[in-house]
Amino acid sequence: MENTKKRIQDETNFSSPLGVGGNLVPLQGLGVSSPLGVGGGSSFRILKNKIAGGVMFTITLASILLVILVGLGLYLKSVPIFQQNSFWHLVTSSEWKPGNGEFGFLPFIAGTLWITAIAVILALPIALLTSLFLTEFSRTAVKKWVFTALDILAGIPSVVYGVWGTLFVVPWISEKLAPHFVEYSTGYTVLAGGIVLGIMILPLLISLFVEIFSAVPREFRDAALSLGATKWQTSKYVILRKTFPGILAALILAVSRAFGETIAVLMVCGNIPLLPHSVFDSCYPLPALIANNYGEMLSVPLYESALMLAAFLLFIVVFIFNASSRAVIYRIERKFK
Amino acid sequence: MPCLYNNRKNIIMKFKFIEEKVAKVLMIVSSIAVFAFVLNIIYTIFRRGIPALNWDMISKIPAGGYYNGGGGGILNAIVGSLYIVLGSTILGLLISIPVVFYLNVYLKKDSKLAYVARLAFDILFGIPSIVYGAFAFTIMIFLGMHTSLGGGILVITLLIIPIFIRSMDEVAQHLPKDLLDATYALGATKLETIKVVLRQIAPGIATATLLSVGRAIGDAAGVMFTAGFTDSIPTSLSQPAATLPLSVFFQLSSPNADVQDRAYSAALILIFIVLVISILGRLITNYFSKHKI
Repeated sequence: MENTKKRIQDETNFSSPLGVGGNLVPLQGLGVSSPLGVGGGSSFRILKNKIAGGVMFTITLASILLVILVGLGLYLKSVPIFQQNSFWHLVTSSEWKPGNGEFGFLPFIAGTLWITAIAVILALPIALLTSLFLTEFSRTAVKKWVFTALDILAGIPSVVYGVWGTLFVVPWISEKLAPHFVEYSTGYTVLAGGIVLGIMILPLLISLFVEIFSAVPREFRDAALSLGATKWQTSKYVILRKTFPGILAALILAVSRAFGETIAVLMVCGNIPLLPHSVFDSCYPLPALIANNYGEMLSVPLYESALMLAAFLLFIVVFIFNASSRAVIYRIERKFK
Repeated sequence: MPCLYNNRKNIIMKFKFIEEKVAKVLMIVSSIAVFAFVLNIIYTIFRRGIPALNWDMISKIPAGGYYNGGGGGILNAIVGSLYIVLGSTILGLLISIPVVFYLNVYLKKDSKLAYVARLAFDILFGIPSIVYGAFAFTIMIFLGMHTSLGGGILVITLLIIPIFIRSMDEVAQHLPKDLLDATYALGATKLETIKVVLRQIAPGIATATLLSVGRAIGDAAGVMFTAGFTDSIPTSLSQPAATLPLSVFFQLSSPNADVQDRAYSAALILIFIVLVISILGRLITNYFSKHKI
């Protein structure tokens, strides 16, 4: 009897998460009649259920803690460098001489920002137009083809983008494009990094945009079209305006992806720790700095701490960007539901 | 007067349609541009990769002086990459299936923990692999470990768990409520509904595996410091392992033109593996979709 009572209680407990609270009272009466519930095995099954719940809770909690752990670990590792230099000095100085204890991060931060800005300027219009085309204009057959192309683009490993960059983009810049603007350029430039990165974030941007545009209810479009608007006017005045926060959020997400991209950018942007003055100068983004110097960092004092600070900066930027843009996207999805 | 008004109206009307046409052309052009990028990338890699490609490349490990133009191949990197992908995919599945199950079956729909967990996985998804790599490397130094296959597998697992969870969760969130109710009504505990839930989210698991295998095999920054690089095939988890992306990268950094050509062939092999996996994955996904309600 004790057992049955407990069982009923349990049954009540796990029915409620499903949101069928209204049915609970009749269910309590019916619960006993379940064919599997009789016999000595049931308390063991309930125990197993509880233990599994505990284990799963632990795994979930551990992965939440991982975020904090990574942040904290990187911060603690970068503390030693703060004892000799102020944070402000570190991010505004452009002297990078690890041997002399000079750690100025400005060239690297500037390199990352330049490349990301170019990537976004190139990718945003293409992504917006393509995703509007996919959601508002195109037929299903066309959609299938474009999505296949995007899947391939998303699947190409970043090192292959880097190889493509050195084979195609870099020579194109140094031979065709740069001579029109500057006297000489190796091609390993900010622009090359921006172009490669722009193409790399295209699939992410388009898939997010398509998701957001498809969340706009049909009635909005119908209303605009019935007032005599063309499809483009509908897209421009209804879809884009309604989803503007979402577009912004998707963009932030793509930017944070671009920030961390390492190997492809490292291969095409020249890696010279100087402030770039034009798009035809070389630059040296933060992730490339970490990747290139990890081997030798243990021999120079404070070097490890400086590189950890670079990783910590990346982490913080990505953390803030992701958290805020996700919050916006959640809200939009809920609004249209 | 009415005539003028009509005229203006006409012009505005016409402008509307011209604008529509222009916009449509621009959209088509940008969609074609996406195609052009894909074709250009694949064509460029094929054109440079085919000439240096031969059977030795994929069947032999590097002989002495390989990086100065000596004989051998990149079997070490191919096998190393496959080991890492296999290990991290299995580990990742073992960790992420329980989490997805917990989020969607054990927790309530509006649970705060579920919200925080989803946000955490979104953030983990965004963390660059170089940051994971740097973090893991520090921990490995702290523990006195050397670069090893095991370390590489762990970092890649960290990298792909968020992908697994996010894409499975997407499917699991649309699980029909009635289905769970039906299993409860038959007296199943929450844990026992996993048999039903797994069958329902199987296509999601397949898609997730596809995505994460793609990311795992292509990642270079994460394994750079954790798996290391070696010319032999690892025989235990504590030995360093070579990976294909790094092999491409190192060969391309060589001043020797022959070795650079091999880098292009290695890139071609990498692209080929990725494409094969994605085609196979699609077939498997379609197969698993047949149980879906």
